[in-house]
Amino acid sequence: MKILVCITHVPDTTSKINFTDNNTRFNTAGVQFIIGPYDDYSLARAIEIKEATPGATVTVLNVGPADTEPTIRKALSVGADDAVRINAEPTDSFFVAKQIAEHAKSIGYDLILMGRESIDYNSGVVHGIVGELLGWPSVSPVMKLDIEGTKAKLAREIEGGKEFLEVNLPFVAGCQEPIAEWKIPNMRGIMSARTKPLKVVEPVSVDSGVKLQQFELPPPKGAVKMIAADNVAELVTLLKNEAKVL
Amino acid sequence: MPVLVFVESAEGKVKKTSLEAVAYAHAMGQGVTAIALGNVDKEELEALGTYGAQKVLHASDSKLNDGIIQAYASVLVKALQDEQADILVLANSSLGTPVAARVAAKISASLASNVVELPNTSAGFAVKRSIYTGKAFMQVELKNQKKVIGIKKNAAEAKAVGLPVQATPYAVTLNDADFAVKITSSEKATGEVLLPEANIVVSGGRGMKGPEHWGILEELAKTLHAATGCSKPVSDMHWRPHHEHVGQTGVKVAPQLYIAVGISGAIQHLAGVNSSKCIVVINKDADAPFFKAADYGIVGDAFDVVPKLTAAIKAIK
Ligand SMILES: Cc1cc2nc3c(=O)[nH]c(=O)nc-3n(C[C@H](O)[C@H](O)[C@H](O)COP(=O)(O)OP(=O)(O)OC[C@H]3O[C@@H](n4cnc5c(N)ncnc54)[C@H](O)[C@@H]3O)c2cc1C
Repeated sequence: MKILVCITHVPDTTSKINFTDNNTRFNTAGVQFIIGPYDDYSLARAIEIKEATPGATVTVLNVGPADTEPTIRKALSVGADDAVRINAEPTDSFFVAKQIAEHAKSIGYDLILMGRESIDYNSGVVHGIVGELLGWPSVSPVMKLDIEGTKAKLAREIEGGKEFLEVNLPFVAGCQEPIAEWKIPNMRGIMSARTKPLKVVEPVSVDSGVKLQQFELPPPKGAVKMIAADNVAELVTLLKNEAKVL
Repeated sequence: MPVLVFVESAEGKVKKTSLEAVAYAHAMGQGVTAIALGNVDKEELEALGTYGAQKVLHASDSKLNDGIIQAYASVLVKALQDEQADILVLANSSLGTPVAARVAAKISASLASNVVELPNTSAGFAVKRSIYTGKAFMQVELKNQKKVIGIKKNAAEAKAVGLPVQATPYAVTLNDADFAVKITSSEKATGEVLLPEANIVVSGGRGMKGPEHWGILEELAKTLHAATGCSKPVSDMHWRPHHEHVGQTGVKVAPQLYIAVGISGAIQHLAGVNSSKCIVVINKDADAPFFKAADYGIVGDAFDVVPKLTAAIKAIK
């Protein structure tokens, strides 16, 4: 079984978000980049499936310029076998999905996993577009995934609960917790990741239907009003008359 | 040319976020056709007229009772054609978002999720969307003639603007290939206020010390007609169900009022609540980072403050 895991290279969840060049570029100064947390869950599950399935392989893919390679190596260090980097600055979800679908067609995978959304643009649509481009079913957000032969049993989250599903391979899944626990690389993993194959592929051209005009930061939050613990009635009055939310 | 709105429902009832989608499309000013799939109550369909739909289509085939992403996408594409609509509007949700993805891919539409304001059409067609998990926004131009717009909660206010309309039955030919995914069973919380739709959220963290102490939060939530939420460690430890987990890796909420009890306010938790209109923090540690993101704060013991707060709210109701 060949599993493809698509990962994003995104600012650490504690990063301060800033923009430069007249609010048209993300300011990377001082920012740590990580594997998207949702992608990291899907990667962890893929490794578990590989370990339980003789002959299974896990390939990681990222659409990004050369500076995403440390993030890709991190994915190799937790147990992926090889990696592909599509050498392009991603412009929108459709662009990324198209690169993934083209690569997938050229190899022939049985399963494509990724996070349910990236934590930079939060679109949550790449799995669906890839599914459509390949003519495969897609499921998201997947919180449980078990493979039984050519069939998969899944649970997906819905508002206020979950649904249990069945689908035959191949398909695309957008994953989230608690599908698996994040894996932390050990020394051996880090060493072996250095020599695992990382192939660089040039992108196919895509007509993007979405164009960035400008980034914007929300207005700063006003100061907090503190209320004494023995004066809860005042809080209720403020919520009613000042904030007008009761 | 009308805007088509995909109306999501659960147990026969239209979701509140879908009423906001109808209101959003209504405010675009080119007419609205709403489409609902599967089992939906007749009065619920008619009420869509009140919120701004001129026409309501109902594809009532029972195969559409389950939210099957591919089948829903195919029905919506057909309805766009039949209504000669270029724009689809829907509320982002665990079902709506992946459906939007497949529709956009099928019709080569420009696609935007988590849109927070009405489009700006002064030059071209631009929308503002929430990014970096609520920490920033981006203005994007949607260049293609066909567009799929997913809206975030509160992008438009659902209010009565018209009269009820009779729903039109919408016959569809369903394709077996679209039903490759089979739903075998489900677990749903019933009778609760759903977290993503709630106007008020009462949320508890590790400071609540254990699942057996959630009663005081549930009582407060009931008094306020609020949904209950929690921090990630709380759902990781199975004190609360996973669908209540709020934050960067959980549900993103945007209520009028978010009350956080015994939650420290880690940046990953804040990422899920920063679109709330008003935030109240109750924490026994005056240095808890959450106070910096709050509108109102009380330094105190949850087990003392929460019951008093519930009583004070009951007193004004
Ligand atoms: C990649 C990543 C993603 C993450 N995603 C999320 C996410 O989506 N959501 C999320 O919540 N977290 C997330 N986290 C975890 C996050 O960093 C914090 O660990 C978590 O939010 C802490 O939860 P907490 O506030 O309940 O617990 P704690 O940090 O332990 O805080 C407990 C608080 O309760 C207070 N307290 C204790 N007793 C009382 C009392 N009797 N009365 C009143 N107050 C009391 C304490 O003063 C303290 O402030 C993520 C972390 C990472 C690395």
